[in-house]
Amino acid sequence: MTSTILELRGISRSYAIRQGLLGRKVRFRAVDDVSLNVEEGRTLALVGESGSGKSTTGRVALGLEPPDDGTVRFRGAALPEIDSPAWRRIRTQMQMIFQDPLAALDRRLTILEQVREPLDIHDIGPTGEREAVALEMLNAVGLGTGHATNLPGQLSGGQRQRAVLARALVMRPALLVCDEPVSALDVSIQAQVVNLLMDIQDRMGLSLLFISHDLKVVRQISQRIAVMYLGRIVELGETQAVLSNPLHPYTKALVSAVPVPGRPTHARIVLEGEPPNPAARPSGCAFHPRCPLARSECASDIPQLTVRRDGGAVACHVVASGKVCA
Amino acid sequence: MRTKTGVAVQIARSSDASKRRRIPLSVMVSIAWIVVVLLVALFADQIAPFHYTSLNLPDRLIGPFDPQHWLGTDELGRDVLSRLVYSVRISVVVALAATVISAILGTTLGFMAAHFRGPVEHVILVLIDFQAAMPFLVLSLSVLAFFGTGLPLFIALMGLYGWERFARVARGLALSAAAQGYAGAVRQLGASPRRIYLRHILPNVLSTLIVLMTLTFPEIILMESSLSFLGLGVQPPMTSLGNMVGYGREYMTRAPWIMLAPAALIVLTTLSISLLGDWLRDGLDKGLR
Repeated sequence: MTSTILELRGISRSYAIRQGLLGRKVRFRAVDDVSLNVEEGRTLALVGESGSGKSTTGRVALGLEPPDDGTVRFRGAALPEIDSPAWRRIRTQMQMIFQDPLAALDRRLTILEQVREPLDIHDIGPTGEREAVALEMLNAVGLGTGHATNLPGQLSGGQRQRAVLARALVMRPALLVCDEPVSALDVSIQAQVVNLLMDIQDRMGLSLLFISHDLKVVRQISQRIAVMYLGRIVELGETQAVLSNPLHPYTKALVSAVPVPGRPTHARIVLEGEPPNPAARPSGCAFHPRCPLARSECASDIPQLTVRRDGGAVACHVVASGKVCA
Repeated sequence: MRTKTGVAVQIARSSDASKRRRIPLSVMVSIAWIVVVLLVALFADQIAPFHYTSLNLPDRLIGPFDPQHWLGTDELGRDVLSRLVYSVRISVVVALAATVISAILGTTLGFMAAHFRGPVEHVILVLIDFQAAMPFLVLSLSVLAFFGTGLPLFIALMGLYGWERFARVARGLALSAAAQGYAGAVRQLGASPRRIYLRHILPNVLSTLIVLMTLTFPEIILMESSLSFLGLGVQPPMTSLGNMVGYGREYMTRAPWIMLAPAALIVLTTLSISLLGDWLRDGLDKGLR
């Protein structure tokens, strides 16, 4: 049995938004009672449409934002307070990969300077050797030393993401949170970066929390998957099991939206309506206005995640009552 | 081989030419004028033919183009050219020091607002609005009337001019850098705020701030001139451009050169810096696109 490196328990995070100039402040829950485990050396994928709270969950998991409720434990210890010295120190063990690598890099500094910077910040290793360590890491992510003196603007998208990866990995972290790391890249480059991530994970024993909306990528990289809808986890389980046999109606719709060669297109489940505004969350199960199986109780009671025999968990009244067999 | 070098030379020449063409004539002239003004300010002691206080009553109100006094003399027989040279020094020192103070003060407050958010940001934003809403001339008039007119106090007061613009720009740029961009990424690497602001945000916003300085600098020269003209700026026997205009106005009909020389210098210098700043801003916008 693998050990847990990161544990989220009952995380909630809400933001206040003002509607209109004189409108009242409305609090909306971006993340609502989310519990997750990331296991040592394995990958947990977090999927959902935009606005489902997956990025917020990732930021809370890394301690970049405080949760309003619930606890985040890294290697059994609660995360230190944001911007405290202890918080800065723990950055060496947990790192973030961003969606837009160009925005995440300082345009005025060379790639080498930026990859070296974490070592300077945390005073890792002798000053004279840091450059060599940074160069070695650039090689490890497949960016030749020829690019070391380039500015971010002179690199392609895939190369920039490799540079961001090198900067995060140069401190030898144990946990990497990737927030849509490949969605800004070309499809051909996506595969390269995903393969690189998996390769590095093997070599360095990294644990990954992989946030994405792309089920094809998720299928390739992750062992476990959590599906989010409007801030709540609706289904959780082994990636293969969930993707081949989705139980929650929302997961079913997501999976059916991935085009598969040979499958007739009418097998797709097309959801009606738009994802509702998180500020005006439907009562009960947030998915019920769009759910093809919705019943009366779905509009009143919030379904809880219930663990099933195969280790997966689903939050759905209909599935729990066994009316729809898996 | 020969043709290759020939082509290379041609390419080099054409790229040179295109670079040169990119600087318009007006900007070239402006730069030249600013350099001349700075040199005059720097070497005032060597350039000025007379000391700016040396009186020569028999030679009062000599017109310009006199072999001894190129720009004539004033009502006390002081050489206008020499006084102009020293005035440039004082005015440039005041404006430069004040611009730098204003930029540093504004940028620091802007970064503080972006960093601390919450109540600190509110207080700074209220200060910014207060500064923007307050007619600066009225503020400085009252301060100078109450606290006297020493040069250090005067420079410090001028240093308050325009800081709110630096603060606004610095706060906005720092916020956007922190929200999504490199500043947030560096923070998440564990960098201290000092490192984030000095090593990352400041170099990235410096070009914008420098353009802002080229806007503030001429305004401070004008402000200094107005206050000196009103008799509350640089005090005699010290001399500045505005001070010369102010005291020359009594002789405007009889000896207009006393006033026209510094007035022309003010116009030319502020115009040059504005043109240069305008061109710099256009260039930066292009670079960002």
